Amino acid sequence: MDLGVIDLSRLQFALTALYHFLFVPLTLGLSMMLVIMESVYVMTNRPIWRVITRFWGRIFAINFVLGVATGLTMEFQFGTNWSYFSHYVGDIFGAPLAIEGLMAFFLEATFVGIMFFGWGRLSKLGHLLVTAMVALGTNLSALWILIANGWMQNPVGATFNPETMRMEVTDFGAVLFNPIAQAKFVHTVSAGYVCAAVVVLGISAFWLLTDRYKGVARRSMTVAAAFGLAASLSVVVLGDESGYALTDNQKMKLAAIEAAWHTAPAPAGLTLFGVPDVAARETRYEVQIPWVLGLIATRSLDGTVTGMSELVLKAQERITSGVVAYDAVERLKTDPANVAQRARFEAHKRDLGYALLLKRHVADPRTASLALIASTAWDVVPNVPLMFWSFRIMAAIGVLMIALFGAAFVLTSLRLHTQTRWFLKLAVLAIPLPWIAIELGWMLAEIGRQPWAIEGVLPTFLAASSLTRGVLWTTIIGFTAIYGTLAVIEVRLILATIRKGPFEHDEDAYPVPDAGSAGRGAARPVAADPIPA
Amino acid sequence: MFDYETLRILWWGLMGVLLIAFALTDGFDLGVATLLPFVARTDSERRMVINSVGPTWEGNQVWFILGGGAIFAAWPFVYAVSFSGFYLAMFLVLAALILRPVGFKYRSKRPDPRWRSGWDWALFVGGVVPALVFGVAVGNVLSGAPFRLDSDLRAFFDGSFLGLFTPFTLICGLLSVAMLVLHGSAWLAIKVEHGPVHDRATRFGTLAAILSLVLFAAGWAFVAWTDIGFRIVGTIDPAGPSNPLRTTSEIAAGAWLANYALHPWMMIAPLLGFGGAVVALIGIRRRIESAAFAGSSASAVGIIATVGLSMFPYILPSSIDAHSSLTVWNASSSEKTLGIMLFVTVVFLPIVLAYTAWAFKLMWGRVTAHEVATNPDFY
Repeated sequence: MDLGVIDLSRLQFALTALYHFLFVPLTLGLSMMLVIMESVYVMTNRPIWRVITRFWGRIFAINFVLGVATGLTMEFQFGTNWSYFSHYVGDIFGAPLAIEGLMAFFLEATFVGIMFFGWGRLSKLGHLLVTAMVALGTNLSALWILIANGWMQNPVGATFNPETMRMEVTDFGAVLFNPIAQAKFVHTVSAGYVCAAVVVLGISAFWLLTDRYKGVARRSMTVAAAFGLAASLSVVVLGDESGYALTDNQKMKLAAIEAAWHTAPAPAGLTLFGVPDVAARETRYEVQIPWVLGLIATRSLDGTVTGMSELVLKAQERITSGVVAYDAVERLKTDPANVAQRARFEAHKRDLGYALLLKRHVADPRTASLALIASTAWDVVPNVPLMFWSFRIMAAIGVLMIALFGAAFVLTSLRLHTQTRWFLKLAVLAIPLPWIAIELGWMLAEIGRQPWAIEGVLPTFLAASSLTRGVLWTTIIGFTAIYGTLAVIEVRLILATIRKGPFEHDEDAYPVPDAGSAGRGAARPVAADPIPA
Repeated sequence: MFDYETLRILWWGLMGVLLIAFALTDGFDLGVATLLPFVARTDSERRMVINSVGPTWEGNQVWFILGGGAIFAAWPFVYAVSFSGFYLAMFLVLAALILRPVGFKYRSKRPDPRWRSGWDWALFVGGVVPALVFGVAVGNVLSGAPFRLDSDLRAFFDGSFLGLFTPFTLICGLLSVAMLVLHGSAWLAIKVEHGPVHDRATRFGTLAAILSLVLFAAGWAFVAWTDIGFRIVGTIDPAGPSNPLRTTSEIAAGAWLANYALHPWMMIAPLLGFGGAVVALIGIRRRIESAAFAGSSASAVGIIATVGLSMFPYILPSSIDAHSSLTVWNASSSEKTLGIMLFVTVVFLPIVLAYTAWAFKLMWGRVTAHEVATNPDFY
């Protein structure tokens, strides 16, 4: 294994996934908000809501296409850059990706074209249903992707088959209803909703501050305040941590986030602040709130939060056991019918992945000394300071979001939101925050899973394709150049769209779909902001 | 419900269905994008071409994404080996395809002619590069890829990017471009109003139909008379575990035509490939536009089916190792996964086809210069 190739493969995946994930959350949330806005239009029949829906639809469109474009890379990157991963777990991992295409992305992509082009060809209710299909497809898409990702964190319902040298599915229901996947879905989708709500809130606040398009702005803000409050509460309360008691790696993630080097007596305290020292394996200047962590993480007073040192000891046992399974697999390669080796394998197969950790240090894990096994066990600890700080910044932003939307909700309820200038300024300043939290959350999930590509099953350093550094640099530079250019163009187009405002040049010339149909009530064309602020 | 062998054949067939559905739908989007700078000169003409596929191309592209996902789920070896083996080619395809969603959407956002012309060429690249590379890739699959598997079933490659381009694979690449340009011009013929764009599309369609016939014949000749082809030596266990190391292959000149002698009905595929192109050519010349589109569709079905049937049971042969070639019998997912995925497909594919048909019907009708000038929803 060329570790340079591994690092470059990881760098490329991280760059392309983090970039893809800039666009997806806004798509997730904005599609839902479009459904809300258009529903108000259909129910009230007021043309202003049509203008509102179409304007946020334009922002949605500019953002959506980049999500699609960068999603292409993700769909194929497992094969291009993580070839051994694809072989090793394709039997399970491929299924949710295929179902995502069939059940979700088809729905989203087919109806999104009709959503943009169908205004003149559909009834109002028909168009609303199309928008709802886009939102449904988008959110189902997230569900299937997170079922796939959740399985990487908690590989249930599968077992290693020595005949095919890969993991194979035993219980597809367990893969679908993986509790970690469910927790991730709610958490991630809620985060997307917060992101969209912040964008709508911030742009509306910007217009109110600069005294433009007030009718559109204050209505948009009302939707954003209610939607954002619900979503920001959901993202924190239904946080990802509910799964942290489940597996050794999830426990390790939690211990790393808390920089808990040793198991503390229950209920453990929550570390508010501290400076993790990796070399000394301790945390300096710790400020703890007693009991809180134990309550959150174990939902009980007597459950313990296992510390990293104890988890490393457990990993050491599992490596030792895994070496037996590894030896049995090697013997079964040449003698598949050997019953005794098959039995040895069955007894130790749960730990096979742990033996593979040794391959980073020695070609044949069976030759590893006890000392090597003991030191390799520490490989299961992820990057503690990164985890510690990422979590704290993410969580702080989560709390800030609740405060922001709490304020927004109160002010809109009191109808004070158009003139409270300090709040409007804060709303504009808050626009980048959800993205920071979302990207940090992704890093927590993925870096926290290290050294594993599949928790307990396949180490990351074994999962990559047999590529060379040269081609990897070529594609990293290529993707960076394309993505960078597109990012600049996208931001400029969104800013131009905001500047241009919600009213279209030719809104007069364009016949509203059912103008004149007396039954549904005629919608009038809108030439300028007709609603007094 | 089905045994392992049947499930493998069904999934081999479904992989073909997905590839064909991609070629029939997104294929004309790729062809139209390739034709864009040549059949349309003014901004209004170009917008007519772009909006002829604007509302539906996004859904069409999902056949490509679903193809990737389905190969991952049903043929994990194929997904793992092919995309990493053709690494830089795959990067070219992705980089080109990334330009399409943005090109379609962003082009109309600014009136600046340089901005629009830039996106026109981006869309051209997004059409012609994938069309060419897909064909070259198929050519490489037919001639075998330079990979081998070790005892852990990890894949290693000996090839280089430039090594992908040989006379035979270039013929395959150009055939793919001709086939999709023919399909794209047939689409433009039924989708844009009569006028200069329509006339130019007809001329390019004529050329593409003739080139399709010539290149398909040339490819066939290569397969018949050069040493391209593989066959399995020894026993085959169609229900055995998916482990390519247990199969032995050898290079055998002309082996890709052996199936047609064994099962003469398979000749339907190449006949459809040629016959469809002829029908398309006649349809285009005589201005029977529905016949032109039916012909170009039939030709694409025939050409893709020919590749699949010629190679059966091979999916991706190795040109350097006798025990690494991937076949229908040694490269699939487990029986359980194939069964589950078949169930999911049987339930959801008809739903997808139903709303896709509805979307096309809703957007039916020729794009006119007038509509391009007045409809604010158009790109």
